[in-house]
Amino acid sequence: MSTASVTEVPQSTPAPGAAPVRHWLRFFRSELRNVFLRPRNLALLAVLAGAPVFLGMVLRINTPAPGSGGPGAGAFVGQIAGNGVFLSLFAIYVLLTVLLPLAVSVVSGDSVAGEAGLGTLRTLLTVPAGRTRLLATKYATIVVFCFAATLIVAGLGLLVGAIFFPVGPVTLLSGDTVPLADGLARLALIVCYVALAMSALGAIGIALSTFTQHAIAVMATLLVVVIISEILDAVSQVAAIHPYLPSHFWFSFDALLRTPIAWSGVLHGLASFAAYVVIFGVIAWARMRRADITS
Amino acid sequence: MTLTESAPAEASPDGADRAITTSGLAMRFRGGQLAVDHIDLAVPHGSVYGFLGPNGSGKTTTIRMLLGLVHPTAGTFAMLGTDLRALDSVLPRVGALVEGPAFYPFLSGRQNLARCDAADPSADLPTARARIDHALDQVGLLAAADKRYRAYSLGMKQRLGIAAGLLRPRDLMILDEPTNGLDPQGTREIRSLVKQIAADGTTVFVSSHLLAEVEQICSHVGVMSTGRLVFQGPLSELRSRGEPRILIRTTDPPTAAEVLGKLGLADITSTDGQVSAVLGGQPPEKINAELVHAGVPVAGLETARPSLEDLFVELTGEGFDVNG
Repeated sequence: MSTASVTEVPQSTPAPGAAPVRHWLRFFRSELRNVFLRPRNLALLAVLAGAPVFLGMVLRINTPAPGSGGPGAGAFVGQIAGNGVFLSLFAIYVLLTVLLPLAVSVVSGDSVAGEAGLGTLRTLLTVPAGRTRLLATKYATIVVFCFAATLIVAGLGLLVGAIFFPVGPVTLLSGDTVPLADGLARLALIVCYVALAMSALGAIGIALSTFTQHAIAVMATLLVVVIISEILDAVSQVAAIHPYLPSHFWFSFDALLRTPIAWSGVLHGLASFAAYVVIFGVIAWARMRRADITS
Repeated sequence: MTLTESAPAEASPDGADRAITTSGLAMRFRGGQLAVDHIDLAVPHGSVYGFLGPNGSGKTTTIRMLLGLVHPTAGTFAMLGTDLRALDSVLPRVGALVEGPAFYPFLSGRQNLARCDAADPSADLPTARARIDHALDQVGLLAAADKRYRAYSLGMKQRLGIAAGLLRPRDLMILDEPTNGLDPQGTREIRSLVKQIAADGTTVFVSSHLLAEVEQICSHVGVMSTGRLVFQGPLSELRSRGEPRILIRTTDPPTAAEVLGKLGLADITSTDGQVSAVLGGQPPEKINAELVHAGVPVAGLETARPSLEDLFVELTGEGFDVNG
């Protein structure tokens, strides 16, 4: 006999089959709410949203001469005066160096280590949420966050670009001009590519997150990994290891701005991200399976 | 269908008239310290089992093992008739509060429970709202349900922790130090809550480092000391374990002690103005007569069993936090 005083609460017969999916979606929604309604994460997203606005204003006040600028981000700067769409690309380029990885570090640090630090990891595991299920849900949430963060940067870049600058057919890096719709489709592809790059970083983050109960340690470690990776990537003497660095392919999205699209660069990037997700996903899972939860 | 009907009908597979059985359960920390030293718990179905011992005696580690949070270095256990290898299948029937409540400070009490319920892969979806409200109501938090957890008092936090265990009908509740840090009023509230849960037929396994806080509600006790289970059994058995002593108040303790010694009483202790010894089956009136005969001025004479607290101090050695 269980708690007799709960008898008045009706218990419907669970429908087998679809139940695991519905239960998982409910858990996933709860996880998303926790990440996206957390004041600290909202502040992070606000900073990410503010960056394109700030960049747009600066470039409006001090408009660079059309065609000016150099390689990398410079290639976009020179075009912004002629086409606001490039503000979106410029913002992604600028934020991809540190700010986007920082946001991913914070959220992936929170994912397991943060729960351990709060003690809520033991609450969830005694529910029981299931260790593998919890990890999968956490990672799915990180991926959603990566897409949301990138989309916010690109979206606000586009919006502010459209307000401050003319918008029209897009002149690609290869010199061809394509219709605006084509340009926007390419921008969408770039958002996906960058979000996947950040999701791969998030996989490293969640793996680190299973080893500690200090979210801040995960965040710092992951940022150090990003910065070292970016520094090594700039040192030509170690060119042999460049393709294996986590950040090496992040900026390869410029291939999507050429005609014809240089798919090989993009596909190499995606393969690299997939490799990172698999390797660190397995590490996280193996660790999560066996870890003693003493927090 | 009601919750009561859907609860397992006391399915007691072979030998499982016990809610928890452990055999040789041990946990050695990485540092080499044996936190839990091969204990054999036997928690009967329907009991309120007080799991007692000083801080650091291995209670929480044992509970963490039972809930699958940490892995035993040796031994095995079964809960509700289910072996630890199938722990995930039995945990939904076990409500737990481990080492104090742990919730999200930025969520309200209701949101926190909703999150616990959402994490449950076998929760009943259509009744979620009603079950959450009911759990809050049972612990008296309905009025404060929409307050942020951050703003809760310690007692409210503990009660929310118990509410999380009440989100669905349970056959076993494992409560680790539910009264820790509470004022007497809060402690009393938790006690009556535990009583109510037990009255509904749920087996309750409740740990505490304070005997006095659980003494009134327990039917059985297990006493831990430095990782070992030094006593286990019905509370009445523990009570009867203490040997009655005789206590004599007198202005002449040395002579009184001498008389008691001649009568063959053991463990004679003599302090200023009083002498005591283990009675050992001797009639007190005879001892009184002998004392008077020897010219000892007897100001008072009584026999008493040692209190449970005294027994606990004896079992657990020094450092047992008897009075908090």
